[in-house]
Amino acid sequence: MQLTLWTYEGPPHVGALRIAASMKGVHYVLHAPQGDTYADLLFTMIERRPARPPVTYTTFHARHLGGDTAELVRETVRQVYERYQPQLLMVGDSCTAELLQDQPGTLAQGWAEQAGVEIPVIALETAAFSRKEGFGASEAFYQLVRGVLSDKGDAGAEGEQSDAAQGAAASATAAGRAPRANLLGPSALGFRCRDDVQEISALLNRLGVEVNVVAPLGASPDDLRRIPQADFNICLYPEVARTTCEWLRRTYRQPMVETVPLGLAATRDFIREVGEVAGLEVGSLLADADARMAPWADARMAWYSRSVDSNYLTGKRVFIFADATHAVAAARIAHDELGFEVVGLGTYSREFAREVRAAAKRYGVTPLITDDYLEVERHVAEAAPELVLGTQMERHIAKRLGLPCAVISAPAHVQDFPARYAPNMGFEGANVIFDTWVHPLMMGLEEHLLGMFREDPEFSVEAPSHTPAAAVAAEAAVAEASEPAAAAGALSVEEVRWTPEAESELRKIPFFVRGKARRNTEHFAAERGVATITVETIYDAKAHFSR
Amino acid sequence: MSDPLLADAAPAETKIGAGCSSAAGRLCQERGQRQVFCGLTSIVWLHRKMHDAFFLVVGSRTCAHLLQAAAGVMIFAEPRFATAVLGERDLAGLADCNDELDRIVHELLARRPEIRTLFLVGSCPSEVIKLDLETAAERLSAAHQERVQVLSYSGSGLETAFTQGEDQCLLSLVEQLPQADANSDPEAAAGGLIVLGTLADIVEDQFRRLFDALGIAPVHFLPPRSGEQLPPVGPQTRVLMAQPFVGEATRALIRRGAQHLEAPYPVGIEGTLGWLQAAASAFGVAPERLAEVTAAPIARARSALARQREVLEGKRITFLPDSQLELPLARFLAQECGMQPVEVATPYFDRQLHGHEAEALGEQVRLIEGQDLEPQLARLRNDRPDLTVCGLGLANPLEAEGLRTKWSIELVFSPIQGFDQAADLAELFARPLVRHERLQV
Repeated sequence: MQLTLWTYEGPPHVGALRIAASMKGVHYVLHAPQGDTYADLLFTMIERRPARPPVTYTTFHARHLGGDTAELVRETVRQVYERYQPQLLMVGDSCTAELLQDQPGTLAQGWAEQAGVEIPVIALETAAFSRKEGFGASEAFYQLVRGVLSDKGDAGAEGEQSDAAQGAAASATAAGRAPRANLLGPSALGFRCRDDVQEISALLNRLGVEVNVVAPLGASPDDLRRIPQADFNICLYPEVARTTCEWLRRTYRQPMVETVPLGLAATRDFIREVGEVAGLEVGSLLADADARMAPWADARMAWYSRSVDSNYLTGKRVFIFADATHAVAAARIAHDELGFEVVGLGTYSREFAREVRAAAKRYGVTPLITDDYLEVERHVAEAAPELVLGTQMERHIAKRLGLPCAVISAPAHVQDFPARYAPNMGFEGANVIFDTWVHPLMMGLEEHLLGMFREDPEFSVEAPSHTPAAAVAAEAAVAEASEPAAAAGALSVEEVRWTPEAESELRKIPFFVRGKARRNTEHFAAERGVATITVETIYDAKAHFSR
Repeated sequence: MSDPLLADAAPAETKIGAGCSSAAGRLCQERGQRQVFCGLTSIVWLHRKMHDAFFLVVGSRTCAHLLQAAAGVMIFAEPRFATAVLGERDLAGLADCNDELDRIVHELLARRPEIRTLFLVGSCPSEVIKLDLETAAERLSAAHQERVQVLSYSGSGLETAFTQGEDQCLLSLVEQLPQADANSDPEAAAGGLIVLGTLADIVEDQFRRLFDALGIAPVHFLPPRSGEQLPPVGPQTRVLMAQPFVGEATRALIRRGAQHLEAPYPVGIEGTLGWLQAAASAFGVAPERLAEVTAAPIARARSALARQREVLEGKRITFLPDSQLELPLARFLAQECGMQPVEVATPYFDRQLHGHEAEALGEQVRLIEGQDLEPQLARLRNDRPDLTVCGLGLANPLEAEGLRTKWSIELVFSPIQGFDQAADLAELFARPLVRHERLQV
């Protein structure tokens, strides 16, 4: 058992449901107890969809358990087929149904055979007690693509396979057409997928690459059948699509573009990689991209970051925790493009731990690979950052610790499915990221003035006046001040005491570096056997650690 | 054991003829796909009511995900609920579930020293693997004696729908109530009133003032704001249900000797008056006194309600099953706001507990117990009422079909009971209609 306050990922059947809800012409029959329909709300409320997700639950309850739950599955499958006439059926169980071992996938396939129903019936094995949402989504997408492409009714794939095998550039040139790419990975409830797809499609268009199929978001089973007609695949969200892209590479010899265009540098790398794979000359666009980063251009992030207003961002300590793709990208942006110092980097996506470890090495931090919210909380408290970049869960942590925070990855709540155009990928994505990440920080002038004058009755030292969170942060900081040992975590040094004068001096240090100052001073004192921290000790420690 | 509630505690389905037709005035039972929450969801409001209680669900990642989806939009510094997520080791018997649970509870209580009551909440997975949380609660209560009392109840979808989770929670509390000792305690001999079912703090305070004015004392509200305020129960205790979904807890109180006061539920002016009347007559309060005490709030409520009535009068409304509040709400909207209920569905119907509300609704209304989602939606599309009360999984999709909806969960999260909330309650239904008229986009 694991004590879980908040969970980064849902169960694997929610991942499969995200794939079903992304697509058209697909229906998902989920063997699940009464109540598991709560998952519909994720789509109708968080994503504000105007239609019910294409899922039918068996909703068994206590009365059914004595009877025949398998018959309930067969009956539900029959009704779903008759009512919705889907082109493809996904069938699986939720955690409780997994314990009953009715094998709903096999039951449905048996029913389809008996009834002479000639649509693909994909049986999903989701291992609810060991795997999670990310795996469920990845596995469901892979099973779907594989199931559709190995369907006997599909004749087109073979011819295209040899086409693709000649190499993307060659086949496109030979046919006298633009190179074609699939955009794989965007999904329902994915972070900013809707606008990322638009931004990257426009970018590919400028490069002279045609988008063949976007999947799973918006695709039908027939669209999936056209996947092999592309010259290469763009793995936009590896958490969902890498398994599928690797299988397509093996089976159809379709190359895979692996760079995820999150951030300015990554977007340029992406353009380069697409150029190589598609055999296109992209030098002029890259030069154009550089020109677009000039002060007057519409890709404003580079200039904003270079403008003197951003000087105060230099060396801001940032803690990053997200899905692996967004975490690795955020670290690069934070370090190379905003001039922050990365003081923590981690992910809940165990399947992509290797990538995060490699990135952490680059920034000289210990990688944090965990799905334990409490462990993340401990690490954030320990690192005492000035900004937390994370998920909805890190907002809880940041609130508790009184830290500024921006959301960079799923899981996200309703406010991160905005009405406005808000991509994270490509050039406009970089603009959005600049605004989003800098907003929670105290503005430069205010930061300076608060450093000089501390008794202003209106402007609080605890939070920027331009955010509504000011009052909340003030409260949290008071709580922190009243119980210093609680926030100190593993670094708390039992013997060391603070004099009241030192405590009040500490409170004069701006709130976003106060946690770090407290820890540094305590370490400094403990190391030297100083039992009582005075005002002098604070400044001794400050001098010792000054960077 | 002479109380009719106990004598007739069998499930409703044995009492009501099956066979569903659209004939007016008959209650039909439907079975099939259900679009309801499980009882775990009740934790979302119960944890706010009981300040020193913690709710530990023993379940799967799905259970944790549900709570997060329901409550996660609130940013918590320290939530008072969590899930002990079962892993493969627990299922394979490699880890002793009881040892694991003890470890987790220990970890949790170390983190949260202010917790006084800990609820172990059963889920579908914990029930299917037959994890005995009742015994675990006894064991843990003994281990943490003096500091924390550990209770258990089921919030699983197998056993409970939405608000039934509160009923089960209250049931576990009722078993903890001290026995009123009439010999040593004069208050116990006089008997008190237990008001059963979560009410908003402001509503509770209003009712307390009214009971004071009527001279009814002592009055205890269950669930309490703090676990240390558990009232005694004995033969002189009277029970007034504030919510229609606390039937099991009421029966448990009756089994402990308490007397159930039959009354309408306190929604709307008439419902609240009838509810207070039941208490007043049980405590021997003169009708004149009741009229005197309620005159001002009723007059106030009537004039406030009149404005909402202008919007609602003549509008047709359908309730999909959700919380068991459907019948009293439909009664209020029909009698006091002039709406016409078309179909009123409830997840669970008990003739003893809800029968009087059903009768008050009249013969023309289609009453449904249970749900078969797709046929119900087909009827709804055919009826096209002016307003549909439904859950959030259906609300936006129905809006997109051009139907106006009122999402039902809000009715559990809002102060709706009592005289001074009658207009607010009506406004909750008027708001989507007014909004529809107002929007020019």
